[in-house]
Amino acid sequence: MPGLSPGMTVSFNDDRERTIAHMLRFVALRLVMALPTLWAVLSLVFVLVRIVPGDPALVILGDQATEEALVALRHRMGLDVPLWDQYLQFMGQVLRGDLGQSMVRNRPVWGEVATVLPYTLELTFLGIFLGVVMGLPLGVLAAQHRGGWIDAVARWTSLLGLSFPAFISGILMLLLLAVELPWFPVIGNAPFNNPPAHLRALVLPALNLGFIMVAYVARVTRSGMLASLSEDYIRTARAKGVTARLVVWRHALRNALIPVVTVVGLYFGILIGNSVLTEIVFNRPGLGKLIVGALNDRDYTMLQGLMVIYALVVVVANLATDLAYGAVDPRIRVR
Amino acid sequence: MTVAAVSAPKGIAGRALGNRSLMAGLVILALIILLAVLAPWISPFDPNDQDPVLSLGAPNAEHWFGTDFFGRDVLSRVIWGARVSLFVGAVSTAISMLVGGTIGIVSGYLGGRFDQTVMAVMDVLLSFPQLIMGLIIVALLGANLGDLILAIAITAVPPFARVARGPTLSLKERDFVEACRALGFSNGRIMLVHILPNVLDDLIVMGSLWLATAIRTEASLSFIGLGLPPPTATWGSIIREGFENLLDAPWLAVFPSLAVLVVMLALNMIGDGLRDATDPKAAVS
Repeated sequence: MPGLSPGMTVSFNDDRERTIAHMLRFVALRLVMALPTLWAVLSLVFVLVRIVPGDPALVILGDQATEEALVALRHRMGLDVPLWDQYLQFMGQVLRGDLGQSMVRNRPVWGEVATVLPYTLELTFLGIFLGVVMGLPLGVLAAQHRGGWIDAVARWTSLLGLSFPAFISGILMLLLLAVELPWFPVIGNAPFNNPPAHLRALVLPALNLGFIMVAYVARVTRSGMLASLSEDYIRTARAKGVTARLVVWRHALRNALIPVVTVVGLYFGILIGNSVLTEIVFNRPGLGKLIVGALNDRDYTMLQGLMVIYALVVVVANLATDLAYGAVDPRIRVR
Repeated sequence: MTVAAVSAPKGIAGRALGNRSLMAGLVILALIILLAVLAPWISPFDPNDQDPVLSLGAPNAEHWFGTDFFGRDVLSRVIWGARVSLFVGAVSTAISMLVGGTIGIVSGYLGGRFDQTVMAVMDVLLSFPQLIMGLIIVALLGANLGDLILAIAITAVPPFARVARGPTLSLKERDFVEACRALGFSNGRIMLVHILPNVLDDLIVMGSLWLATAIRTEASLSFIGLGLPPPTATWGSIIREGFENLLDAPWLAVFPSLAVLVVMLALNMIGDGLRDATDPKAAVS
């Protein structure tokens, strides 16, 4: 990877207006590019939910249902029109932000999602935050003291983090820090209107997600730092008399951040899966419990709505990753 | 095979043998596979024998890992569970390696619009969180052994396709492939005999890491309650039963959890070691 000369960054700061214009164009371009993906993912959701074996109406009403009741329910659910019409209706609904009615709970899917979404969002964002805040310094220090004890700590932390299934690390944390040592509540559910209790209930689940993320972040930070510390511009900076700390934490780290952003973006899919498991272990409300409930109840409309939400989240996360590249690496902005 | 030597420099075996983490991982994995294979002979009790008197018994000299709610011996269940977990993991990884590898090589080799379409489909599949995809497919297909394996395999096809496609794209421009074409070899023969051996290294490294993911996915699905139906012992389902009695009998969840963890550690050590051994750059630096 060619080194990014520190001088380049300076010239961009000089020309702020042009940079902002570039940034806006970059954002607009990425937004437009995300649309086909979104369309394809939504189509996949439609197909997946439609290939469920059996008649959803029969599943809901049971074997005893009369033919009239079945026909009426199919009509109400829009299942009695050709597939093509169903597809257009589905796309139209999603575009209007309407996720339909839950088949089992008889409430709007969006309402159910909106009630628990804040819990999942705060959990995942705090998880990412903890992962980056702990993983970056660990990776930097490991690269700086290569072969030393902190490098060994980083290696074992990464190995453990990559190895732990989220529900197992969750269970062990729960046993250790909530049951044996009663530092944290066993149940991770506390209302938002009680901030201290709410935060206390959030710590362990977020740590659980963060711990696994540290593994990924520390690993790529370490190898990125090792690569960038051997670049010519680092030697130049050292020769100029830049302090060691500044060389490592500003000059080298800036270049090593690009693979870290990639990993955080790639990790998002894993993070969502892990948040489902974490929510189950810590008995937290959230999308995870909602989707497991929908699977058990065969609530197909709820399932469909949740998949749309997950698809949106992933597309937005990919977009955010692309934008973060632009923020980290000016060369990408320019194109 | 001279072609394979192009990407595989001398001394991979030597470096692999010298790699401590790789060897340690292999030894641990071999021991666990041995335990799983020998389950009928070495498991101290029948994994499904119930004894209400022993319900939720703590670990003791007779039942090393304690007994579960139905009084079943947890050690025996963990040993038998290893069979299911390793089998599901290995078969599903093999399937996704085969299917994904084929898709990646064919798509990369043929190129053009076909390649674009295939990779666009892979990207869409990839954009769903793996566990969510697994959950939905299992829920749709049902939870017998074959469908569970299929569900886990499907989620891993796109990553394998990508790994196989990357090197194929550059390999097909190389002189030796050009020479093969000039000699009139069929596309099938070129892909199978001349490209595959060069991609195999990457696929195998990826496979060892995905084996861990597959075993983890199976355990996660069972833990959520979408795995094989009871009374079949799988690591995920034993942990789930343990989790339901976490406060009264923590050992129920802890021992099978440690079993999963040990296998994950072994596989990740193997994966890391293999990567170092097959990537000369990583080994030198």
